[in-house]
Amino acid sequence: MDLNTIIQVLDSSIRLSTPLLLACLAGLFSERAGIFDIGLEGKMLIAAFFSAAITFTSGNVWLGLLAGIGASLALSAIHGLASITFRGNQLISGVALNFLASGLTVLIAQNWFKQGGRTPTIPEEQRFQEITLPFADALRDIPLLGPIYSDLLSGHSALAYIAFAMVPLTWWVLFRTRFGLRLRAVGEAPDAVDTAGVSVVGLRFAAVAICGVLCGVAGAYLATSLQAGFVKEMTAGRGYIALAALIFAKWRPWYALIACLLFGFLQAVALRFQNIDLGGIVIPVQAMEALPYILTVVILAGFVGKAIPPRAGGEPYVKER
Amino acid sequence: MTFMKTILGTAAALALSAGAALADPALIYDLGGKFDKSFNEAAFGGAERWAQETGGTYKDIEIQSEAQREQALRRFAEAGFNPVVTTGFAIAGSIDAVAADYPDTKFVTIDGWVDPDKHSNVVSILFSEHEGSYLVGMMAGMASESNTVGFIGGMDIPLIRKFACGYAQGVVAANPDAKVVSNMTGTTPAAWNDPVKGSELARAQISQGADVIYAAAGGTGIGVLQTAAKENILSIGVDSNQNHMHPGQVLTSMLKRVDVAVFDSMTAGADLETGTVKVFGLAEEGVGYALDENNAPLVSDEMKAAVDAAREQIIAGDLKVHDYSSDDSCPVLKF
Repeated sequence: MDLNTIIQVLDSSIRLSTPLLLACLAGLFSERAGIFDIGLEGKMLIAAFFSAAITFTSGNVWLGLLAGIGASLALSAIHGLASITFRGNQLISGVALNFLASGLTVLIAQNWFKQGGRTPTIPEEQRFQEITLPFADALRDIPLLGPIYSDLLSGHSALAYIAFAMVPLTWWVLFRTRFGLRLRAVGEAPDAVDTAGVSVVGLRFAAVAICGVLCGVAGAYLATSLQAGFVKEMTAGRGYIALAALIFAKWRPWYALIACLLFGFLQAVALRFQNIDLGGIVIPVQAMEALPYILTVVILAGFVGKAIPPRAGGEPYVKER
Repeated sequence: MTFMKTILGTAAALALSAGAALADPALIYDLGGKFDKSFNEAAFGGAERWAQETGGTYKDIEIQSEAQREQALRRFAEAGFNPVVTTGFAIAGSIDAVAADYPDTKFVTIDGWVDPDKHSNVVSILFSEHEGSYLVGMMAGMASESNTVGFIGGMDIPLIRKFACGYAQGVVAANPDAKVVSNMTGTTPAAWNDPVKGSELARAQISQGADVIYAAAGGTGIGVLQTAAKENILSIGVDSNQNHMHPGQVLTSMLKRVDVAVFDSMTAGADLETGTVKVFGLAEEGVGYALDENNAPLVSDEMKAAVDAAREQIIAGDLKVHDYSSDDSCPVLKF
């Protein structure tokens, strides 16, 4: 295996990890505030559709991104209303939103474009363009570091760089700001936060809204950066893999980065090499594809450290009278 | 309670008799959905053509989960629809379970196989996908400059391997030096609708030198065709004519005339001959390759002559294309 192949696989890993990472950080904000969100998948899907649809009709990909974020926020608002205001079951609300997104996207797409639940193909120049980092072409000839910089790190879309910049930002917000401290507290002991005179409902809605924005970016990345349009069910379970990554990362931002890169890498390897021959033992491609889930189960079972979710997660907060 | 039962019973009987009087045909799409730009959409096209030409009406349903297959079959059969046409291999098991309960209803399974000796009211329609794929494989082999061509399948099932195997044989026949890189998208039905993975697979194959890629992967193929067009290599579409999706960059499409099968079945209506297995091959024009104004500049006269000659030979029986599903193995491609 030469350097070129390795770089291509890693490059593919980055593209595949980006939507996972955005969704995973979205889930992190929500779950750290005590709102489980199984609806990451649905939010990404609806954002993918609206970003593609608006990009196609307006010709402006940034407007498309805004539309995607808006659609995702709308689902977040419903989730918040159901599980925070009306204290409904968070898991059921999330599942319902997934179904809603799955049906709604195809229905609206069919009504608007009459292409059978797809959006028309977005012209190449209207999609998110790949950004060439400064000096990428000049540095290409330097051994090892040159290709890594110019082929691996350079040449992704703006949204991918935003996704990776979100990791330190998330860490800083959660662990270095007053808002972050309160947000984490609301997921651990909402009664204490309430006693301190801070609005539990307000904080949780803020967390759910951040979750909506990040899912919106993830959906737009799928439909307008990786692809040139929306295809029904195009998220293909990435929201669920992101949830698995979140557990794998034990609800921490830097770990989330590692988990998503690992899961993306496993997918990329599975796509590049069908069956891997390790000196006589052949690992079938299906084993590689199942690995993220197996790893998550192993972590959940407590073999490798313990994954402890936020203590008040999944429970609606009822003020004591 | 008994009164309730009577009322419900009467209502059900009324509903049944009302339906039976119609005897319209019904169509059940596979999980890929009615508008997959490919297999199921071809079925829809056939049904629409039938409705337009005869002025008849039909009912159709897009199932959303595995469990709905049997339910949909029973619904249509009980409501008196005849024949009930289904697409996709996966429904065959459900038809096998249901057919005996509705001896007066005729079932058509396109791509599926139901034992004709066991059920006299079922007809299985199969296509010689390996023969059609052989022809587009020849074109790929001749069009390739790097002597490496790719195949991207959807869900890893014997049917898709049949496509891959026929394709690889065609490639090698036209260009003995060529190498075929083959990938499957996944092992679950989600593999039919994952264009992002399709794109990544296409990129991976391009990095291995492929300059023509054949996608037999439903909605996933949209991503393959898109990436191929962007990276300036050729692609080959499947089932429906997909040449128009990226004019001048799709070499051809392997046509599988599901529309003809649906149209013929609906036209025959209640007189449909059942208890048999029908094979739509090159001779019946059930499979073939697409040539239109979008890909005309890509197909040289030499290419066309070679492919048409091979077509004649296959129809005449002088050239045998190995069928993967006959013995679950492929002489020129390892899975």
